[in-house]
Amino acid sequence: MSIVEANEVEQAAVESALQRFGQEPGPLLVVLHAVQDHLGYIPTTSIPAIAERLNLSRAEVHGVLTFYHHFRTHPQGRRVVQICRAEACQARGGEALEAHAKQCLGVDYHGTTADGGTTLEAIYCMGNCATGPSIRIDGKLHSHVTAARFDKLMATRGTH
Amino acid sequence: MVTRVYVPKDSTALSLGADEVVAALRKAKAPIEIIRTGTRGMLWLEPLVEVETSAGRIAYGPVSADDVPGLLAAGLLTGASHALRIGKPEDHPYLKTQQRLTFARVGIVDPSSVEDYIAHGGYRGLERALTMAPADIVKTVADSGLRGRGGAAFPTGIKWKTVLDQNEPQKYVTCNADEGDSGTFADRMLIEGDPLTLVEGMTIAGLAVNATMGYVYLRVEYPEAIDTLRAAIAAAYKAGYLGASIKGSGKCFDLSVRVAAGAYVCGEETSMLESLEGRRGEVRVRPPLPAIKGLFGKPTIVNNVISLASVPVILERGADFYKNFGVGRSMGTLPIQLAGNLKQGGLVERAFGVTLREVLYDYGGGSASGRPIRTIQMGGPLGAYIPPSDFDTPIDYEALAAVGALVGHGGIVAFDDTVDMAKMARYAFEFCAVESCGKCTPCRIGSTRGANLIDNLLAGNKPAEQRALLEGLCDTMLQGSLCGLGGMTPFPVQSAMKHFPEDFAPRGRH
Ligand SMILES: Cc1cc2nc3c(=O)[nH]c(=O)nc-3n(C[C@H](O)[C@H](O)[C@H](O)COP(=O)(O)O)c2cc1C
Ligand code: SF4
Ligand code: FES
Repeated sequence: MSIVEANEVEQAAVESALQRFGQEPGPLLVVLHAVQDHLGYIPTTSIPAIAERLNLSRAEVHGVLTFYHHFRTHPQGRRVVQICRAEACQARGGEALEAHAKQCLGVDYHGTTADGGTTLEAIYCMGNCATGPSIRIDGKLHSHVTAARFDKLMATRGTH
Repeated sequence: MVTRVYVPKDSTALSLGADEVVAALRKAKAPIEIIRTGTRGMLWLEPLVEVETSAGRIAYGPVSADDVPGLLAAGLLTGASHALRIGKPEDHPYLKTQQRLTFARVGIVDPSSVEDYIAHGGYRGLERALTMAPADIVKTVADSGLRGRGGAAFPTGIKWKTVLDQNEPQKYVTCNADEGDSGTFADRMLIEGDPLTLVEGMTIAGLAVNATMGYVYLRVEYPEAIDTLRAAIAAAYKAGYLGASIKGSGKCFDLSVRVAAGAYVCGEETSMLESLEGRRGEVRVRPPLPAIKGLFGKPTIVNNVISLASVPVILERGADFYKNFGVGRSMGTLPIQLAGNLKQGGLVERAFGVTLREVLYDYGGGSASGRPIRTIQMGGPLGAYIPPSDFDTPIDYEALAAVGALVGHGGIVAFDDTVDMAKMARYAFEFCAVESCGKCTPCRIGSTRGANLIDNLLAGNKPAEQRALLEGLCDTMLQGSLCGLGGMTPFPVQSAMKHFPEDFAPRGRH
């Protein structure tokens, strides 16, 4: 995609989110979710348009965008790995898994591998606390993720 | 004849391969109908497959996709014997001794079917509520003794009465489904397994205070629950149980799901309201109470999922029925979530008064690793660490408070003897630093400072001084925080230092 085309895709996504949800009461989070669900991120270039249409200041939109851990302003890798860092997963060996994953991928949290293939994210509990350590890979939840199982999951799903 | 087979689509079951099991079952030669349910809550047995037979539902578990051909050959569809056969789930000791009121239908019904819901006793509470005056509904909830299950344990009836008493045409019912505490999954399990109970509870709340609009603020980390709840709400609209005239009564209630965005503090009720209004989730100064000035400045009920989902059974069976479960001022039942290092993790709904030891060993089966349980944390990341010497404490609000602990949302995380309590204390500070909304200095700055003090202490850098500084910091956070995130982070830290001082001794570098 050329830069011009990419900009058009972004604008269309923002426009569609505003059209669908701009009339909701207190719409900003709903709109931001819609944009991110569509594009995978929220381009900072969309802040002025969102602010104007929702009758907010740019600072307000920026403030919300940066407050919430879920929202991001840059694309992630083709594959996203979210590892649970919370206590119940720690109690089942989560820390060892975290270290293993960081070492295998060669990145820290919020990092993307050099080839742009995989992004590693920390997450604090997915309600899967009896069968941890828990991770999501591209949205799919997995239980009992030991280092060996992590390697297997990455190998079987690894088509980047 | 078509045989009915039930397979959960609860997210823990999915994480253990439930969809793969379904795909394998679809290859069966005999005609089968697969119904996706929630989980029964015996999570170590997931995926748990149940088959309808003339003798009732027969369960097998944990089933993997690879087990399916063998199971079918052995006669799965007639409930025949097999190494994985559990028998009737309700006869399993884990379920048999539970007192399932709020979770009565979870794991049994199809979560998106209003028909199935009604066939299993659903909407009887709403039917009664539709014949009652708002003040009588509020009184029934107050008389039941129900206290908020989200953590603060405030009497639900009193909160509702405040909202009812406000003379405002526009009021709201909001459900707090942010469930951020590690080790808790009751909200998720209910929403994925029997969401119409929550929908019914919120509708009754609307009738009780004359509110016509409800929002569920649901955690973005729960994508499966979001889908299930949205499907259930759509089904309720279609069947006439939501909308302009609930079942032709002329009373209106609309309900919508709002997805959260991954900030723990947004589980705090005023932060949640800010977030619902589309702003940063900064905690509001109280007063005014949300019941007086809540969402968009209007009187608002804020209740946890389990509080609201307990309302239908209270309306159906009466306040006395509910109140007769429990002990002292802890009335009714609590869905206890067993998490972390336990052999039999899952959900145990029992009347208040069961002891920690009973749930950890009789239900939980002891640690998963086979090593001794060294401590548990109850009530999420802001809950105290409890030593084994307190395991005979009954689970009730006052008894746990007496040993410095909390019920919280009813989640218990067990740790074996390999746990490093200094690390856990440090993590408590770290989590607070990551999640602080930034409004108060002790929380925003103190949390990072606390983690550093623990590092210094362990490094043997003037340990006595660090210890004193830590105590002082904890006091400042306890006194000087606007909400529980900063104000309760000292609980896990101080309890870890008190009960496990040996873990805080200076360590040689390795
Ligand atoms: C930092 C913090 C996080 C909280 N998280 C939640 C939560 O995830 N879910 C919840 O129901 N209550 C949570 N609470 C408690 C709410 O503020 C509030 O007491 C509760 O939603 C009221 O509902 P209830 O009376 O039905 O319990 C939290 C409180 C604090 C201080
Ligand atoms: S204690 Fe922390 S999270 Fe709570 S209001 Fe203050 S800064 Fe925000
Ligand atoms: S603590 Fe990891 S899923 Fe809950």
